[in-house]
Amino acid sequence: MKEQPNINYIKQLSGGDVEFEEKMLSILQKELPVEVETYLNTLKINNLQQTAEIVHKIKHKISILGLEKSYQFTVQYEKELLEGNKSKHEDFLKILNTMSDFLTK
Amino acid sequence: MNCLIIDDESAARAIVEQLCKNEGTLTVIDQFSNAIQAIKYLNQNDVDLIFLDIHMPDFTGFDLIQTLKNPPKVILTTSDAQFAIDAFEYECIVDYLVKPITLPRFQKAIEKAKNFTIKNTGQEKAVTSKGDAKDEESQLYINIDRRLIKIEIPSIYLVEAKGDYILIKTDSKNYTVHSTLKKIEEKLPKELFLKVHRSYIINLKRIIDIEDNSVLIAKDVVPVSRSNRSELMKRLNLL
Repeated sequence: MKEQPNINYIKQLSGGDVEFEEKMLSILQKELPVEVETYLNTLKINNLQQTAEIVHKIKHKISILGLEKSYQFTVQYEKELLEGNKSKHEDFLKILNTMSDFLTK
Repeated sequence: MNCLIIDDESAARAIVEQLCKNEGTLTVIDQFSNAIQAIKYLNQNDVDLIFLDIHMPDFTGFDLIQTLKNPPKVILTTSDAQFAIDAFEYECIVDYLVKPITLPRFQKAIEKAKNFTIKNTGQEKAVTSKGDAKDEESQLYINIDRRLIKIEIPSIYLVEAKGDYILIKTDSKNYTVHSTLKKIEEKLPKELFLKVHRSYIINLKRIIDIEDNSVLIAKDVVPVSRSNRSELMKRLNLL
């Protein structure tokens, strides 16, 4: 079964601080679409060094949303990008779509 | 403790800020998304503790530590567990937190920070990695396009004034920097460098030959002004 994003980590940090929870979700909602676009653009021009940089940034957001298996997958993907291998792109795109759907709900 | 948060990701900064708030004894005095702005701040303000991301574009957390003469206590925050071994090379690094940072792990790091004393504080260098204080004195950082680039001073053989800029010539590369000859002269060791003309500073060890009012440095012929010629001659080991 596909992993589902959650805000458990954000809730743990907030300790009931709703303002912080809203701030975190707002940052994720604002930044993820921009980062996804940058990811696709750098991949399109085959600049895999830059692609790895943006995957590195997205990786933290994956962990914030509690996607543990996806996080491990992305750690490996970032490493492979730096070695010139982008074969995990399609699966990574599915993770991005899952996150985007969750954040725009 | 007064803290600074340095991380290029706003989500990461917000998380550390919240963790500090939850902890109760920490005051976040400022936050920076890049190392260069932070270095400027740290050179002018006292900070007890820095939460520092390692993986930042252009200038890493380790680069930042090496730039500071007396770095405060540092807790590294990173997604990359593989850098942990490098962290042990720095006396100022208290702990190494892998993202996503949990509150219990954060609290443990803060306890360590409270009991942590940086060795060799005061006039001495706090960072012992990558060489000793003598090594640091042999390096110069120049700011080009918001990047701080390290140059080994002995590799500089010539500095030339070019209007509002200076051209630094080294064995491997030339750098054009927005600065003045006077400013770089103050940063270069006097025993090694000499201003031979209002537009030129030379590395004395790199002189190939001297002829009348000029000196040959590598492939560059540099004019020597009349007023500086006697000082140049004094500094040479003449037979």
